[in-house]
Amino acid sequence: MFEEISSKLDAAFKKLRGRGKLNEKDVTAGLREIRLALLEADVHFKVVKEFLANVKERAVGQEVLDSISPGQQLVKIVNDELVKLLGGQRAPIRLASQPPTVVLLAGLQGSGKTTFAAKLAQRYIKRDKRVHLVAGDIYRPAAADQLEQLAKQIGASITRGEEGELPDSIAARAIKKAAGDLQDLVIVDTAGRLHVDEDLMKEIERVHAVAKPDETLLVVDGMTGQDAVNVATSFQERIAIDGFVLTKMDGDARGGAALSIRHVTGKPIKFVGTGEGVDALEDFHPDRMANRILGMGDVVGLVEKAAQSVDMEKAAHLADRMRRQQFTLDDFADQLSQLKKMGPLDQIMGMIPGAAKMPKGMKVDDKAMGRTEAIISSMTPLERSEPVILNGSRRKRIARGSGTSVQEVNQLLKQFDMIKKMMKKMGGKRGKKGRMTPRFQ
Amino acid sequence: MSFFKNLRAGLAKTRDGLVSSLKKAVQKDNNEDLRETLEEVLIMGDVGVHAADRIIESIAGREGDRWELLQQEMLAILGGGNGAEPYTAELRGKPHVILLVGTNGSGKTTTAGKLAAKYAAQGKRVILAAGDTYRAAAIEQLAVWAKRADVEVISQERGSDAASVAYDALTAAIARGADLLIVDTAGRLQNRSNLMEELAKIRRVLKKHGEEYPHETFLVLDATIGQNALSQAKLFHEAVALDGLIVTKLDGTAKGGMILAVRQEVDLPVRYVGVGEGIDDLMPFAPEDFVKALLD
Repeated sequence: MFEEISSKLDAAFKKLRGRGKLNEKDVTAGLREIRLALLEADVHFKVVKEFLANVKERAVGQEVLDSISPGQQLVKIVNDELVKLLGGQRAPIRLASQPPTVVLLAGLQGSGKTTFAAKLAQRYIKRDKRVHLVAGDIYRPAAADQLEQLAKQIGASITRGEEGELPDSIAARAIKKAAGDLQDLVIVDTAGRLHVDEDLMKEIERVHAVAKPDETLLVVDGMTGQDAVNVATSFQERIAIDGFVLTKMDGDARGGAALSIRHVTGKPIKFVGTGEGVDALEDFHPDRMANRILGMGDVVGLVEKAAQSVDMEKAAHLADRMRRQQFTLDDFADQLSQLKKMGPLDQIMGMIPGAAKMPKGMKVDDKAMGRTEAIISSMTPLERSEPVILNGSRRKRIARGSGTSVQEVNQLLKQFDMIKKMMKKMGGKRGKKGRMTPRFQ
Repeated sequence: MSFFKNLRAGLAKTRDGLVSSLKKAVQKDNNEDLRETLEEVLIMGDVGVHAADRIIESIAGREGDRWELLQQEMLAILGGGNGAEPYTAELRGKPHVILLVGTNGSGKTTTAGKLAAKYAAQGKRVILAAGDTYRAAAIEQLAVWAKRADVEVISQERGSDAASVAYDALTAAIARGADLLIVDTAGRLQNRSNLMEELAKIRRVLKKHGEEYPHETFLVLDATIGQNALSQAKLFHEAVALDGLIVTKLDGTAKGGMILAVRQEVDLPVRYVGVGEGIDDLMPFAPEDFVKALLD
């Protein structure tokens, strides 16, 4: 799982094979690659510098464990330090002892505040809480409409401003009303503002003073570059930030801003936005974030996703058939449909380490999978279990039935053959221990 | 933790101190100093490691006023290739069609409104097409901008097919003899292949009216974005063949240096910069000012 960076590191460490401990010179050479990875992930320049100084101090003199290479050892140290610094434990929302709990959202334009407001509301509505949304963005055209439409969609109530009403007044009115209506949670959405816009920063100070939030969250675009620290510290100076939300993390940004922000403010990252739907909200996991920043993929997330959507009984059955080398086209089709349940393929591929670097032809796409399914569905049960009987005229019929070409049918059978061969090899290696998890191409 | 404290104190003076040390460093013969300081300035401006390295290499060993050389080098990157000719912003068809694409929250709708106002002020007949049929109230947002700019807007209800909105809007723009059609689209992250395919479809559908449509396709990039801009430029370019970039939110403290990184990999000139929320806050891109800001 550390392949990419650690293979580069191993190259840098070639000279010191067989050595027992990491010395200062080796570590300095090795940290170059780590530095590059961190900077490419948009971790702030100064943060990288100080972070690496810390790591170096820790790494020098460490014994290289027998089981791993010096490169892996160093990556492990870096990874451990990253996780530690990103925040040891989960940091949930603090609920007020006396409801309603008030959450205030702040951030730059386009960071995703309104969408996050709806996602957070949805999360609590699902837990049978009563949630009230406050449309505090009086500047962006139709911002209140957006929040209202989302509120309707998820079943939250909402307060909108009157003509000319200022955000602090809207918030005060909404919170008072929510308390009377026995709401559990009030989420105050605000306008996007630049941290250097004095008037608007004063405005958010006033909203903060009036709303007396139990939780003030700064919403930050996960793609943010070096400026993330300026933004975070500027907001923190004006209103007491309790934590951060990192949005648009379903993209391919490595999210180094998370580390920068966490470093300079010392406040935890609480949530991660992973899509446009109101359900696409996850808790922040420091370990996964560390992997992502280092460009190592989110293997844990992938396994978790698989666990949620894969039918375990079927998987066990499949593994058994694989072991006994009875894997048929039916099983193949089954696997595909399970894979599809995990979500859009490109999102899944993004979680696999190194997948971003895969050549184009290797990338799976949802359409190709659909065609594969159609081809297999156009076969008779006998053909599926005994593909050897597929002669020319059968293949022609299948192509016609599935709306594909004979070439595509041939290609699929070839792929299937390859998979079977691979399984034979793996089955041989693993012997009876081989408890295989479902695999896909 | 003392680590946090140091860093916080350090950051406050970061940029002020940097520029003066950079100016000192370029005067000296010591290439090591120059490299280090320059790298710091460039990376903190989001230029990225690779692009920064290339810029540093190109001036480190050279003779002459290195402050000048540095600016020249950066201007060369920004003004090379497709950016060599000055941008005239002229309308090449009747209607001329501009397609705006980008990630969520980059500022497409605002940019569409500002562009519409700019051309409307020149007496052009402008139509806005509400191609963001996904996000809640995006259509209403564009309608407000249309009103401010005093131009027409063509929309369908939320959830309808964006390509069909674009096609209908172009049909109407042709029929009404409009000078300019600006097609807004929903924000999308560039690694979502199905959403990128949807964008490609909008482009294909516009072409049914004629190969020349759309005349210009701009990627709207948020200046606060870091190295991900490169992936955005590459993947959007692959999907819809971009003609240029519009960099928004340059009125903050972010320098937008990632466009240097982008320009070294993809030949896309910057056409406009967004510098505020007002309807007039869209400026033609001025490379000299940009470079000054980045090194300041």
